[in-house]
Amino acid sequence: MHVAVCVKQVPDPSGVGRLDPATHCLVREGVEVVMDPGDEYGVEAALQVAEATGGDVTVVSMGPAKALEAVRKALAMGAARAVFISDDRLRGSDALTTARVLAAAIARTEADLVIAGTESTDGYTGTVPVAIAELLDRPALTFAKHLEVGDGTVRIHRQTEVGHDVVEGPLPAVVTVTGGINEPRYPSLKGIMAARGKPVEQPTLEELGIDPSTVGLAGAAQRVVAVEPAAQRAAGQVVVDDGTAAARLVAFLDDLKVI
Amino acid sequence: MDFELSPEQAAIRATCRTFADEVVAPQAARADAEAAFPYAVVGQMGQLGLFGLPYPASVGGVGADFISYLCALEEVSRGDAAVGITLEAAVSLGIAPIYHYGTPAQQERWLPDLCAGRRLWAFGLTEPEAGSDAGGTRTRAQRQDGHWLINGTKCYITNAGTEISAGVTITAVTGAGAGRPAISALLVERGTPGYEQGPPYRKLGWHASDTRELRFADCRVPEANLLGRDGGGFSQFLRVLEAGRVAIAALSVGVAQACLDASLRHAQQRRQFGRPISRFQAIQFKLADMATQIELSRLMTWRAGALIDAGRPAGRFAAMAKLHAAETATACANQAVQIHGGSGFLEDLPVARYYRDVKINEIGEGTSEVQRLVIASHLLGLGGSVSALIGPEEPG
Ligand SMILES: Cc1cc2nc3c(=O)[nH]c(=O)nc-3n(C[C@H](O)[C@H](O)[C@H](O)COP(=O)(O)OP(=O)(O)OC[C@H]3O[C@@H](n4cnc5c(N)ncnc54)[C@H](O)[C@@H]3O)c2cc1C
Ligand SMILES: Cc1cc2nc3c(=O)[nH]c(=O)nc-3n(C[C@H](O)[C@H](O)[C@H](O)COP(=O)(O)OP(=O)(O)OC[C@H]3O[C@@H](n4cnc5c(N)ncnc54)[C@H](O)[C@@H]3O)c2cc1C
Repeated sequence: MHVAVCVKQVPDPSGVGRLDPATHCLVREGVEVVMDPGDEYGVEAALQVAEATGGDVTVVSMGPAKALEAVRKALAMGAARAVFISDDRLRGSDALTTARVLAAAIARTEADLVIAGTESTDGYTGTVPVAIAELLDRPALTFAKHLEVGDGTVRIHRQTEVGHDVVEGPLPAVVTVTGGINEPRYPSLKGIMAARGKPVEQPTLEELGIDPSTVGLAGAAQRVVAVEPAAQRAAGQVVVDDGTAAARLVAFLDDLKVI
Repeated sequence: MDFELSPEQAAIRATCRTFADEVVAPQAARADAEAAFPYAVVGQMGQLGLFGLPYPASVGGVGADFISYLCALEEVSRGDAAVGITLEAAVSLGIAPIYHYGTPAQQERWLPDLCAGRRLWAFGLTEPEAGSDAGGTRTRAQRQDGHWLINGTKCYITNAGTEISAGVTITAVTGAGAGRPAISALLVERGTPGYEQGPPYRKLGWHASDTRELRFADCRVPEANLLGRDGGGFSQFLRVLEAGRVAIAALSVGVAQACLDASLRHAQQRRQFGRPISRFQAIQFKLADMATQIELSRLMTWRAGALIDAGRPAGRFAAMAKLHAAETATACANQAVQIHGGSGFLEDLPVARYYRDVKINEIGEGTSEVQRLVIASHLLGLGGSVSALIGPEEPG
């Protein structure tokens, strides 16, 4: 089966992110960047499906030129090829535009299954994959913590607050995966060397059939009007054990109706 | 001039960094305390491709360059120097001679397993009477009805006695040459009758690395086990050691970097006199000196590595890199313990291990004195030859 996997490069989550005070965009210059850790699960899931079904994986990514490193990492992990959309005019694009661009790129592949992270580590809207599904008119199966493909179908397991869903849908489909669905492999050193020779297609907006005037900050349907730091959380309550701590903790949890 | 790594070199470095943080470093304290050879880590390094990194795919390698290997070695050694030397000895001393001088049959027999890290090969040069003066080899090998008959002792040999050790390349006197005896290299498989390994030594550091004495008593190996030319052993090991020294330099940089990383963390956390000790200039200067010397060592290491990648003679640069990096690493470990105060002397933190592990870099694959001799020999127009510099032996 041909699988497409969405991969986003993000500022290293172990660093401290900063927003541009004027544009409210994340400052990406001079910041360590990595493949979104959430997308490592997506790549691993895609590779596992491809390996089990004798298919291959196409990486799809949109981002600045430097994001090619994240694309290469996915290729080093074992993906066969990539479509990388990097166009200065896309700077400032919102989630919907990102989804339009990615959907147009995915439509050009033979992928029956599209895998993405549930939400990115930086933008965090959790909307891009479902928007892609809508634009491609495919079902979206979200929050997968287990994934299996059958004959023309895909089935996922999803943990929810109230229990455990098993969701099945017809292929082609879009699936979002959660952390812990698998143990992402290290790109093997052979894989890194092999990635050098793998094809990376870099279509322009025009080639994707996207009107450049509808992208970028100007084309964004969403505006960030203001950004305020989250309120400091009040200090927690400290329970000092005088022999009754366990009972008091139970009473506290009981009050919250969580036990 | 551009000091940037290529995308592949950078990616290899990044992968090895993650691997070192997640796999290599966490097991180091325990392996050190128990002097346990890190079989599990070696297995994972094999799968990752570390053992075949600088060798072409045609022999089972990864096909990366020497600089990539240096990056990998630095990162792995930053996590655990004992794992670093296990990798270095396997790649630079075990595989390199077979790769450079082996016949197609010898290469086909061993390189796929060695490049995959399934088996390890050792390099036995040093003897009780022949250390810095490796030309003073006493081990003898005589041709006898289609075999070599080997007698002698090798000491301080890395990677020869593990469960996955497959054999050792040894140097032995095989005849008289012009002036000094002719030395050749021979491949000896583990399990050959007459080849025995002693128990592991008790060492100051590198506890998890396997180091033993090797004894050869009427040990017979087939004639086809000659590696390279009869009498070519001396020039072979000079070339092997040249690249090996650059690798030891990278290993040293890794440990030095670990010392700096730990010192930076500690100096910002530890408070005395009402402020973090990083606010004292005495500590700041130590950190600045460490960082500067590490950067210089890394540059010198890459400089020598670039010459090896270009196929050009690297002799004096290899010696300079090893000399500077090894002495820098020792100095950094010393200051790291100092910055950690009493906690640096306890085995609870890794700095005490760094301090024990680091000294050997000034000894193995040529002592710092020998590196200075090599450099001086180059400067004085003697082409790097130490024996030319020292002159003929005095009657003892
Ligand atoms: C006004 C405005 C300006 C912005 N300017 C920029 C900007 O200049 N540069 C910039 O990078 N972002 C910018 N963003 C953020 C950007 O729109 C979103 O980060 C991006 O569209 C994806 O949304 P998300 O990160 O919330 O993705 P989510 O929906 O949280 O991501 C879920 C999954 O979708 C996939 N995915 C998401 N984005 C991509 C991608 N680009 N390529 C491949 N897969 C992807 C990944 O698999 C990811 O795990 C801007 C946002 C706004 C509102
Ligand atoms: C843990 C460990 C692993 C090792 N692994 C291997 C291995 O895998 N294979 C292998 O073959 N060997 C190995 N060695 C051996 C190592 O390479 C030698 O110990 C090293 O070359 C020094 O030789 P030596 O110990 O005989 O010291 P010596 O040569 O006896 O030196 C003693 C001192 O005299 C100094 N000295 C000697 N000659 C001169 C001179 N001309 N001018 C100035 N000073 C001089 C030296 O610098 C040193 O300070 C290993 C050693 C150790 C400790």
